Amino acid sequence: MSEPRTLLAIDHLSKNFGRVTAVDGISLDIRENEFFALLGPSGCGKTTLLRMLAGFETPNDGRILLDGRDIARTPPNKRPVNLMFQSYALFPHMSVRANVSYGLEMERLPANEIRSRVDAILATTELVPFADRKPEQLSGGQKQRVALARALVKRPRLLLLDEPLGALDKKLRGAMQLELKRLQHEVGITFVIVTHDQEESLVMADRMAVLKDGRLLQCDTPHAVYEHPADRFVADFIGVMNFVPGKVTADGVLAANGARITGKVPAALSPGASAVASVRPERIRLFPSVETANRTTGTVEALAYQGLDLQLHIRTPLSPKPFLVRVTADAAGRRPVSAGDTVELGWDPADVRIFAE
Amino acid sequence: MRFTIVSPTRLRSSLLMAPALAWLTALMVVPCALVLALAFFRRGIYGGIEYTFTLENFGLVFDPLYAGIFLNSARIAGTATLIAVIIGYAAAYAISAAPRRLQPVFLFFAVLPFWSNYLIRTYAWIVLLNREGLITQLLRWFGYTGEPPSMLYTEGAVIAGLVYNYLPFVILACYAPLSRLNPELAEASRDLGASALTTFRRVILPLTVPGIAAGAVFVFVLSIGNFVTPALLGGGRFQMIGNLVYDQFLTANDWPFGAALAMALIAIMLLVLMTQALLADRAAGRAAEARGDADG
Repeated sequence: MSEPRTLLAIDHLSKNFGRVTAVDGISLDIRENEFFALLGPSGCGKTTLLRMLAGFETPNDGRILLDGRDIARTPPNKRPVNLMFQSYALFPHMSVRANVSYGLEMERLPANEIRSRVDAILATTELVPFADRKPEQLSGGQKQRVALARALVKRPRLLLLDEPLGALDKKLRGAMQLELKRLQHEVGITFVIVTHDQEESLVMADRMAVLKDGRLLQCDTPHAVYEHPADRFVADFIGVMNFVPGKVTADGVLAANGARITGKVPAALSPGASAVASVRPERIRLFPSVETANRTTGTVEALAYQGLDLQLHIRTPLSPKPFLVRVTADAAGRRPVSAGDTVELGWDPADVRIFAE
Repeated sequence: MRFTIVSPTRLRSSLLMAPALAWLTALMVVPCALVLALAFFRRGIYGGIEYTFTLENFGLVFDPLYAGIFLNSARIAGTATLIAVIIGYAAAYAISAAPRRLQPVFLFFAVLPFWSNYLIRTYAWIVLLNREGLITQLLRWFGYTGEPPSMLYTEGAVIAGLVYNYLPFVILACYAPLSRLNPELAEASRDLGASALTTFRRVILPLTVPGIAAGAVFVFVLSIGNFVTPALLGGGRFQMIGNLVYDQFLTANDWPFGAALAMALIAIMLLVLMTQALLADRAAGRAAEARGDADG
């Protein structure tokens, strides 16, 4: 496969409202036909970044290059970029068809072309039976599809989605995640989605950017972000992580209780510095059969059965917070444990990530 | 035969409604009925009423002279309404676009004139428009030396007075739907390629029409029947129906004709109000959905 082309280059973009810096010198590239997620806790600047891409906010500094052309100061109606609003913002006085046609009428396209393109997108989004309804007569999921159809029919270079699944209930959300992926492949348009839900971005995105306090912490594939978080915040924010605080040694971290956690120490950390060693819950084995470098003993505090797997809260001397351990239901069935039991834990040095405290 | 027993809740709500109904009957329905009855009698030779049935009074309403006054009143009221709606809508739009915490302050100032007497407010315009009034003095201060402009006792003065007095109604009526409009609707329109003007014409305006209609009807109905403003600012030279009715009852002593004129005026107002109610009913659904909260 050839190297994917960069569609959108965000270059040292900054935005402040008065004394509050919402976006602080962010640079990142979004590639052609990519499903890209902007992820972060509320107030991290992801919505401001999205609104700058749509043209509703003007950056104080930096450039937004779309196909190499700086659009940072282009008004929203002159950008080949469309936004799907979190509230959907459907025009309440117009039918579904009129809502979807609106954007094409603004392009002054011939009536028959508008009709055929609207028909096509209504079919793709399975909205044909609702074409003559008003937004108030639609369910949440249907409104969401209208909002999507209204933006997609314009065939934008870039489609921005602001928390598109936020208003849906959990079950519908799962279905819509896959639906959005399918649609994105079908229409071949670059999607940029804003979300605070890390699971959502892991499931949907080809690549994702993690933001905090207006800064970019990491930009990579979900797999890379999950396996090699850039720092302690990302490690904690994406998925679940167990942390062992301590001091950096030559080959790992010395925990407060004197236990040694072996793992690869990043070059930036010098011995003696405060650091945390971390490990994912699914990388920890109960009653390790082979001699592993990292071991500890703990007491089971609580168990949560979750169908496919079993989650255990285990109190260990390594950290003030209990360890979260996830084992498959199969493995748990071979040697059942219950609350109050003392168990052996073990994990590989290769699964240990060490971060500055 | 079956007996119907009035349920206690219905009885209670009837009792609660009774004072208001009595009030309306005594002070609204009965006087209106009396005036209506009056319109079908003849005028006595020396001013009194001769109790013989006639339709003459209504025929006279359509006399070119009086029909002309009706048309003129409608024109003046219509002009005042148009100007008040344009100024009022713009003001309401500006207030709704201001920071949230400042909006009540601006609304307070918009309604402030209401707290003074209508007559005093109208007299204030005489002070302004007088040949040697404030406006002339201001012009002099800027170096104007010619004849003072004649502004008072013109149709323009009457319209200015009407617009000034009823503007707060329009501002309040237009502010309500504008402030409830989800700002993302305008952004969505811009995002889909519409200019600011097209966004206003195709999204904002249609969704706030109920407010405009309510405000406009208010100004029109109050203006077309007004007699204080045309009397004071028009100087008697610009008769409106209100003045005509006033004259019939108090000067010409032709109560039956005055009653017929009053009835014609009421008919016009009812027509306007009913049209507005019909339109508002149709738009009610849209307005409910236009609120941002409706679609989460």
